[in-house]
Amino acid sequence: MMRVLGTLVLSAATLLAPAAPVSAQGRQETLIVIVESGPNSMDIHGVGANRPAYQASWNLYDRLLTYGVKRLPDGSRMYDYNSLKPELAESWTLAPDGLSVTFKLRRDARFHDGTPVTARDVKWSFDRAVTVGGFPTFQMKAGSLEKPEQFVVVDDYTFRVTFVRKDKMTMPDLAVVVPAVFNSELARKHATAQDPWAMEWLKSNDAGSGAYKLESWKPGQDTVYVRFDDWKSGPLPKIRRVIVREVPSAGNRRALLERGDADISFDLPPKDFAEMAKAGKLAVVSHPVENAFAYVGMNVKNPPFNNLKVRQAVAHAVPYEKIFSTAVFGRGVLLTGNPIVSLTYGHDLFPSPYKTDMAKAKALMADAGFPNGFETTLSFDQGFATINEPTAVLVQESLGQIGIKTTIEKIPGSNWRNMLLKKEMPLFLNAFGGWLNYPEYFFFWNFHGQNAVFNTSSYQNPDMDRLIEAARFETDPKKYRELVRGFAKIEITDVPRVPVYQPLLDVAMQKNVKGYQYWFHRQLDYRQLSKE
Amino acid sequence: MALLRLAGRRLALAVPGLLGVIVVTFLLNRALPGDPAAFFAGPAATRQAIEEIRARLGLDKSVPEQFVYYVRDLARGDLGTSLTTGQPVLRDLATRLPASLELTLAGLTLAVTVALPLGVLSATRPGSWVDHLARVVTTAGVSLPIFFTGLLLVYVFYFLLGWAPAPLGRLDAFSTAPRQVTGFFVVDAVLAHDGALAWAALRQLALPAVTLGLFAMAPIARMTRASMLGVLGSEFIRTARAAGLAPRTVLVTYALRNALLPVITLLGMVFSFLLGANVLVEKVFAWPGVGSYALEALIASDYAPVQGFVLLMATLYVFLNLTIDIVYGLVDPRVRIEA
Repeated sequence: MMRVLGTLVLSAATLLAPAAPVSAQGRQETLIVIVESGPNSMDIHGVGANRPAYQASWNLYDRLLTYGVKRLPDGSRMYDYNSLKPELAESWTLAPDGLSVTFKLRRDARFHDGTPVTARDVKWSFDRAVTVGGFPTFQMKAGSLEKPEQFVVVDDYTFRVTFVRKDKMTMPDLAVVVPAVFNSELARKHATAQDPWAMEWLKSNDAGSGAYKLESWKPGQDTVYVRFDDWKSGPLPKIRRVIVREVPSAGNRRALLERGDADISFDLPPKDFAEMAKAGKLAVVSHPVENAFAYVGMNVKNPPFNNLKVRQAVAHAVPYEKIFSTAVFGRGVLLTGNPIVSLTYGHDLFPSPYKTDMAKAKALMADAGFPNGFETTLSFDQGFATINEPTAVLVQESLGQIGIKTTIEKIPGSNWRNMLLKKEMPLFLNAFGGWLNYPEYFFFWNFHGQNAVFNTSSYQNPDMDRLIEAARFETDPKKYRELVRGFAKIEITDVPRVPVYQPLLDVAMQKNVKGYQYWFHRQLDYRQLSKE
Repeated sequence: MALLRLAGRRLALAVPGLLGVIVVTFLLNRALPGDPAAFFAGPAATRQAIEEIRARLGLDKSVPEQFVYYVRDLARGDLGTSLTTGQPVLRDLATRLPASLELTLAGLTLAVTVALPLGVLSATRPGSWVDHLARVVTTAGVSLPIFFTGLLLVYVFYFLLGWAPAPLGRLDAFSTAPRQVTGFFVVDAVLAHDGALAWAALRQLALPAVTLGLFAMAPIARMTRASMLGVLGSEFIRTARAAGLAPRTVLVTYALRNALLPVITLLGMVFSFLLGANVLVEKVFAWPGVGSYALEALIASDYAPVQGFVLLMATLYVFLNLTIDIVYGLVDPRVRIEA
């Protein structure tokens, strides 16, 4: 409510806004980032480290590898998941048998306290990631990095990873946020018998070698970073100081940007982005989020949605265009009808054939044996009510026309994941995005018979499983393409979920802020940014 | 002496209340629908990962067991760790409480300085323009939702006019906090002889304090007016006037002192009310207080901070009521005698 009103009050203001005030001293080399909420940990391996913690870790810590950059047709920049670049590792060689990789570390890299970065630090950090459990261990496993024995210190500056199996995701997985390299000597000083991995200390302290050092962190208020001038893993960043301020009110975040008191922010409602992009005072850069889409999900285990015809009827009744224009304000890529342009290979191989067609939907309902419809509930995560609420109302209205009477149930954000785990919601709105940009990775989470949390429909189909598993280890591009096409087709024909749109990652910044690029973690990398 | 006894008895009475608060907040938190383990396990969590987190948080134990651990930690002064900020709850509350108190006290002081004279004036001149002004202000103060007033003030004074600083909490991005003495930035800055910083802190405080003050002004002005009207119409005032006492003496010494009693009771209520209303103002102005802290924790089903917050509030109320009882005694001798 607060947010909605804030937006209303401020949206009228766009035209009347006076020019931004002249910036204060030091503004040129200081970047002010405003966020809705801040990190809960500086340690990416910490229990329950939240999304803003990815940003902290990404900038404080270096990894062995990082991704290259590519230019998109619109001139914007994006990380390139097909190209791995050196960070702490100077070079690497795959063993001839393809079962291990040896990294040569750069000799000039230093941690923030001045100690050199060695292979022992890398080993300690990787051991930690695969041992502490929870998210980091899980993410390592996604790249077949499973146990400490895989990580070998050859000498101070040579480090080897042996593979448990050939997996094309192993190398890319070494460049994500989790395999950060910690200062093991420093961390060990703060380890205790109960806490051998210094989880407690690293939560709020910096033991990294990244381009930025932690100057101060006041949880719930702000985080301040300063440039690490001895950083050698890349060109020295231009921004000397970064202040990340938490501003809970969306209306105020917009006001701060428009007044020129803040430089950059991701955290605005789609309506604000749409208006700001149109007004042209600030630069709004948008990228479709890779390997992600928002959907209307159905539980295929239970009636009535175990009936394929009912699901197809729903797919023909969803008011795609209306949702896209009035709930999402066009901040996305509509996934219906005509072949779509998608950043993610795979989703575009088999575009969704569904369009809003009420006559067809009604006919399908009659075929399914529900000429008079039925009653059910439509659930959504209240944490994302800005988009979900209007979407739910539109879906409710549309389904009402084919006899499906829905009661809308708003689930508090803290309970949403719990509800997904239970897999009892018959009809719901949700979205999913995968870090690693592989269609089979997405499908493994969302449609594989292992029935992960994100297989929200409880969809199980042995044909699907076989294709997903085969694609994971297929090396021949042609065969791989056929496999991807195969499972994408099953999904779209069986419609356990109706794809609606691929969301955009929007960021609004002052026009003098340059160098922004899209990252898979959807956080800011301060190293690339500069102010003119 | 009588006052001390009164205070002692009040304190003793508060103990069972506080114990009740501990039990009830603990149980209420557990009754919330959220699952903290699922929430904090992160987006890509498996069932196994969630169970690991649950065990680490001690949430796999039975509720009575969890309660025993909770009380044991509480006795050691350990309020647990917040999962949203990653810090010990006690430290979080200790750093945030001064911010909330500074804001609440500033708002209340502002409200009292405006509302008391306004109430008195409108009572002495019913139907005059002052009376009408008081009516408009109080109606507006009560009927405008507090976050709306806040956003409106930000919009006008920051966004349009540029007079107020950016609504970025207690200090702008380039200032550093003064050395902590009282925890109130304005006071601490003055103590540190840093005039510029005191001014900066005061500027940040102005809009949120006015927002809160506008809200608190209404009940105080109305109560003062009603109470004054009642007292002014009573017989001892007529007698005093007939005896030829100066109008000022009649008004201030006799009428106001008697009219103040219900206002003091109300002030206590308004103060506790403001601590609650703070949540919204803190949200709008990014003010790092305890209210917004508890709210965020509640959204994440983060038990420890919510429990710590409720406990802190309960303790504050106990002391607040105690203070009011004592002030009452000072203003009204009868209370002392009865005690």
